[in-house]
Amino acid sequence: MAALAALAGAKSITSPFVGTFYRAASPDGPPFVEVGQTVRKGQTLCIIEAMKLMNEIEAELDVKILEVLVKSGEPVEFGQALFRVEGA
Amino acid sequence: MTAGSRSFSKVLIANRGEIALRILRACRELGLRTVAVYSQADAEALHVRFADQAVCIGPPPARDSYLNIPAIISAAEITGADAVHPGYGFLAENAEFAALCERCGLVFIGPSAPLMALMGDKVRAREAMVRAGVPVLPGSGVLATEDELRRAAGDIGYPLIIKACAGGGGRGMKIVRDEGALVTAWSMARTEAQAGFGNPDVYVERFISAPRHIEIQVMGDRHGQVVHLGERECSIQRRHQKLVEEAPSAVLDAAAREQLGGLAVRACTAVGYDNAGTLEFLRDESGQCYFMEMNTRLQVEHTVTELVSGVDMVQAQLAVAAGERLAWRQEQLQLRGHAIECRINAEDP
Repeated sequence: MAALAALAGAKSITSPFVGTFYRAASPDGPPFVEVGQTVRKGQTLCIIEAMKLMNEIEAELDVKILEVLVKSGEPVEFGQALFRVEGA
Repeated sequence: MTAGSRSFSKVLIANRGEIALRILRACRELGLRTVAVYSQADAEALHVRFADQAVCIGPPPARDSYLNIPAIISAAEITGADAVHPGYGFLAENAEFAALCERCGLVFIGPSAPLMALMGDKVRAREAMVRAGVPVLPGSGVLATEDELRRAAGDIGYPLIIKACAGGGGRGMKIVRDEGALVTAWSMARTEAQAGFGNPDVYVERFISAPRHIEIQVMGDRHGQVVHLGERECSIQRRHQKLVEEAPSAVLDAAAREQLGGLAVRACTAVGYDNAGTLEFLRDESGQCYFMEMNTRLQVEHTVTELVSGVDMVQAQLAVAAGERLAWRQEQLQLRGHAIECRINAEDP
């Protein structure tokens, strides 16, 4: 299941779900995105696990990742900022 | 039904406002930790501030937040909550939510899901009461055709009332005073029931004019024990919403109270009811009481009963959900004093 992350005020990408945030598809896997990277619209940014379902969160716009605001494995709530970004 | 201890230490409160604060207080008094959930509209609300932890579960509309079952279950998962109290309203009478909590390893603070489903369906609840020997108003089962309707109305007589099986709060109800108005009222009630509850099923009952509305508060544990905490008189209503809740009722004497309370206990024991619930009765002018429906949850007006019984009902709910036995037998419960609660309505005249 894919979901689109909202772009709040063109400054940060916020979580569309309550759940657990993961930067990679598996514990040892490479992160979906790194700081400094420019991602394309539709590209997976992270996973939010909710009720045992892994929800891939995709970029809604082309953006540059400035900062990852949550550590992998941490819980996040609805609307919590996940990435600080700027338009690419 | 499961018996024995299912202890928990952190309660997620799937509600907001006054009832969330009430549950928070009971949890704190029992040494239980609390998780509040809130929509983006309620980030500054008191229940968010007073809880040990708080999780934003969605945007302002209730259907996306307080009624958003996956978000609420996820909030329990990420906070390590092991029990859920639904309060009243929102998901409090949603049997699927109760069942899902149990499947996810969360203790649901309320009756078990199958009982909630049984008593939430007015026709099945009525059948269960008849089996338990509780008087019900002469009435029908689900009426799907005009023929069935006419036959049932002929048996019951006029005036009669048409009610939605899934209804409540007066919606989907039509009073019919003579045969000429029967079919039109029936088809309107079905349309209203479909629109209001997603289920067009209706049934008919004898209509009592000038009835008293008296409800009995019950509390059961998971070991088959049920007690009643006396009655609440709620005859004064406006648009089928209670305006004044009073305990004790001015029309019940001690013998009548014992008889009606005993009936409620017998009914709950027969179906194996646990946790808090209310049986609503209609009392006609001769003093005969008929079972109407059961609310399988805590009610707004539970505090009226708490004041006269000295029982903390939310604490009791938490205790029996954890598998504890009821702390009192019927003969230990004494009602003292008099309590009245009023609803204040703001209306555009």
